[in-house]
Amino acid sequence: MSKEEYRIVKGQVMVPYELALGRTWSEFYDYLKEEKIMGKKCGKCSRVLVPPRSFCPRCFEDMDEWVEVSQEGVVETWVYVNMPFFAQEIKIPFISAQIRLDGSDTGFIHQVAGIDLSDFDSVRETVKLGGRVKAVWSKEKKGNILDIAYFEPVK
Amino acid sequence: MRRVAITHVAQSSGAESRESLMDFTYQINREILDKAGLKREDVGCIIAGSADIFHSGLSCANAFDWDGIGAFLKEGSRAEESAMSFIYGCMRILSGHYDTVLVTALVKGSENPDNDPITSFYGDPFYLRPVGINESVVAAMQMRQYMERYKVTEEQCAKVAVKNLANALFNPYADRKRRVSLKDVMSSERVYDPLKALECAPKSDGVVSVLLASESRAKKLTKKPVWFAGYGCSMDHFNPGDRDLLNGQLKTAAAAAYKMAGVRDPKKKIDVAEVCEPYAFQELLWCEQLGFCGEGGGGKLIDSGATQMDGALPVNPSGGVLATNPYPARGLYRIAEAALQIKGEAGEHQVGKKVKTALAHSTHGFGGQCHSVVILSA
Repeated sequence: MSKEEYRIVKGQVMVPYELALGRTWSEFYDYLKEEKIMGKKCGKCSRVLVPPRSFCPRCFEDMDEWVEVSQEGVVETWVYVNMPFFAQEIKIPFISAQIRLDGSDTGFIHQVAGIDLSDFDSVRETVKLGGRVKAVWSKEKKGNILDIAYFEPVK
Repeated sequence: MRRVAITHVAQSSGAESRESLMDFTYQINREILDKAGLKREDVGCIIAGSADIFHSGLSCANAFDWDGIGAFLKEGSRAEESAMSFIYGCMRILSGHYDTVLVTALVKGSENPDNDPITSFYGDPFYLRPVGINESVVAAMQMRQYMERYKVTEEQCAKVAVKNLANALFNPYADRKRRVSLKDVMSSERVYDPLKALECAPKSDGVVSVLLASESRAKKLTKKPVWFAGYGCSMDHFNPGDRDLLNGQLKTAAAAAYKMAGVRDPKKKIDVAEVCEPYAFQELLWCEQLGFCGEGGGGKLIDSGATQMDGALPVNPSGGVLATNPYPARGLYRIAEAALQIKGEAGEHQVGKKVKTALAHSTHGFGGQCHSVVILSA
């Protein structure tokens, strides 16, 4: 019996979800609307986490102190994404990077853009580990992570 | 302490099956029971390794899974990571409640979306998903840091794919069967630069079962029991930005497994390893963290030939996950393959040296958020 004789059902499921951001994430996004990148500082280990958490996952203690961090930082690592995937709204190619913002103790994941992405090898010359980048803000703020449009290399 | 053995193993091919998931599952479980000369009623309890919704298109997938595994009217449980379903099975024997436990992992990767959209849903919807993250994105970030920090070359990373896909040619159950050269891997599409297409695992079907038994029962069921000797598992932070991607929790998991198994020098004591490497360079990084070479020595390790099928410490003689990637089942595949190497029943991909102690490793999550290490012995 050929494979075609075994039937296949095609399905697509769309179900709505409503996920609560909670207080800390909501406040973080309110600050982004004001073009401020805020972290939270742990009273015990003194680390500044960006994005902020309501508790320090290592110390397992409440985090109450808001701290504004720099809009500039260092690229810890990055990837040139050249593969489209379902439900991904950013158009390829794009660069996803982990950025250590000055004054923070965590890697912040966002895009690096504002450069010519047409050629792999030239991008490797422009975006470097340890290279400095700064936030570029979206004109229209929606109170989400994309209020930061992207980070661009500091010239 | 009571001892637990793997007495029998059965596995499907990783290639696309035209059977329904339930029938596909039944066939392998029927096979393992026949091999052991047992009826479904004879097995104490049943543990599944399977994943909900994204990997199966079925919600509460264990409800659907139980019939094919033979678990109805019995105690059953399930873990999404199949190395964890293995340890649950061992524990039900160690606790003295059962003399036999069947552990089965199952998935039909051919039926669901690609790995990248599925793993993008690991990310939270407030932050990581909107910025375009998935498992390959984080792996590529990890690879770039790895190459930069330790001066491991892209060619050394690519060599893992050359080795593992060559091994897979001798594994009748492997999914991706293709001899590739270093040039083929290096010139394959730069999907997530620096990751190339042939350095990323495929998406496979797979059902794998291992039968576990207490010491007395195992000796009656088989002449070659494979003893469970050690286990360790550790979980890292969810957010990749909170971690050092090159210093995750594998060392912790391995240390626990080695301590339990009495392994002091893994490089000497481990005869063969089945390591979970959905991305080629990860085999090198994991080998370092398993203690097979020093920190940053993964590139030299692959160059030395030690991890080849006929080397001093063969790694992934089955072809590993780069050849066959039945996502939630891949950990139990590593365990089953390690057991077959100890039994001397791996067929054409049996390693040249005698195997007394074997290591199986499993990982899932962004950049190896979770690691499990299992030690088996003759």
